[in-house]
Amino acid sequence: MSIQPSAMWSRGKEGTAVAVRVKIPTPLRGLTSERDTVAAEGGTLNELVQHLEAEFPGMRERLCDDTGALRRFVNVYINGEDVRFLDGLASPLKEGDEISIVPAVAGGC
Amino acid sequence: MTISVYIPSPFRWLTQNREHISVDGHNVAEVLDALNTRYPGFDNLVYDSEREIPAHINIYVNNREIHELSGTETEVVDGDQVAVIPALAGGAGDGDVPATASVALTAEEAMRYSRHIIMNQVGSIGQRKLRAAKVLIVGAGGLGSPVAIYLALAGVGTIGIVEFDTVDLSNLQRQLLHQTEDIGKSKLLSAQETLHSYNPNVKVIGYEAPLTSDNAMDIIPNYDIIVNGADNFATRYLVNDAAYLTGKSLVDGSILLFDGQATVFKRGNGCYRCLYPTPPPPGLVPSCAEAGVLGAITGIIGSIQATEVFKQVLGIGEPLLNRLLLVDALTMEFRTMRLRRDPDCPLCGDHPTVTELIDYDQFCGSPPLVAPGTASAH
Repeated sequence: MSIQPSAMWSRGKEGTAVAVRVKIPTPLRGLTSERDTVAAEGGTLNELVQHLEAEFPGMRERLCDDTGALRRFVNVYINGEDVRFLDGLASPLKEGDEISIVPAVAGGC
Repeated sequence: MTISVYIPSPFRWLTQNREHISVDGHNVAEVLDALNTRYPGFDNLVYDSEREIPAHINIYVNNREIHELSGTETEVVDGDQVAVIPALAGGAGDGDVPATASVALTAEEAMRYSRHIIMNQVGSIGQRKLRAAKVLIVGAGGLGSPVAIYLALAGVGTIGIVEFDTVDLSNLQRQLLHQTEDIGKSKLLSAQETLHSYNPNVKVIGYEAPLTSDNAMDIIPNYDIIVNGADNFATRYLVNDAAYLTGKSLVDGSILLFDGQATVFKRGNGCYRCLYPTPPPPGLVPSCAEAGVLGAITGIIGSIQATEVFKQVLGIGEPLLNRLLLVDALTMEFRTMRLRRDPDCPLCGDHPTVTELIDYDQFCGSPPLVAPGTASAH
């Protein structure tokens, strides 16, 4: 019945239900009922995207292109680190990670 | 040794209008130090950045100019009369060319910028650096407005502005440079008028055309720092590439809805292409016109950009390098993400393929910007 610390802090395992928080930028909040932070799960970023899509339909399309790769004008950060410099969608997640979605915006307007 | 010092009228604002001040000192330097102790800021009036007496200030001891004596080492004794006499420019011989960092501040400048000068990190030398600085702002809209205004207020001597649009009623919810009476006017002209009314000491150079691959290399090399206030991706990539290729640092900012982003790019610390390798396809990311933007977020991000310019000119603090600052006005959270130089970056990576400016409209899949009046009828 007790929670295994090792499981709690495990990282990188596909299929592991790791709880993380995702910061949603205002342009994407139409998908999250205007919530700025949502709780989500996934052992990897890829699983997190699937989880987000199940809960907030349309999210995957905003993050990934037709081939399933992360769009190159939307950055995803795990605890402030750009996932392009980690393992992209295969980047492992650990309990309590803060994921930030940051789209390029043109406006100086 | 008690010395009587004559204060000329242009400097008397500092001495509560007193014409003669008695201070102690054994030589001219000590007398000037004593004056500065009693009236902080006096140094700014009589010394240049190398702490020399500039050519336009004469100091007399008993009616003899100190250069023919022993300079500031000239000894003084009880009862000596010292007079500080600045050359009166009359027509302000500088013309519209801002004085360089080596020229002492005028009395008007010392007073105008006194809240900056009084800070150790600025001082008279810092203020002169600001006066000698040349900063280019791309766009005189939401971001360009607060950047230009704060830089002009701070006494940045030369401000270049690239802008070809005219003022529209819908701009006035956020664009501080323009007012209701400016509707229909050239934004550049409106900006120049506003900045001059804020600070007539500042030289504003206007470029009333879209920034393009053809003109960017004629404009950007004339400036020390580039500030991005563009409202479209094509110009953002163009400014990034031109700033990198000319070795200029770029203070970047962008806004949409309630969100803002800001960072500084400098050679070796990544560039806009490292942050966003490719632009979104046209239509996928809405513009402010399509989605809206909080007026005050332009002030927050623009002020941050102006602050980064200020720090960089003065060489103080930690620049916003290798960090992407995110501002969410709704949660009022400020967060920073790590920003790295991408070794695979086509511009600043290990094996660059972009070595000159390209066709950015094609790169971004966007129609070219056309200045009003030059558009061909369709």
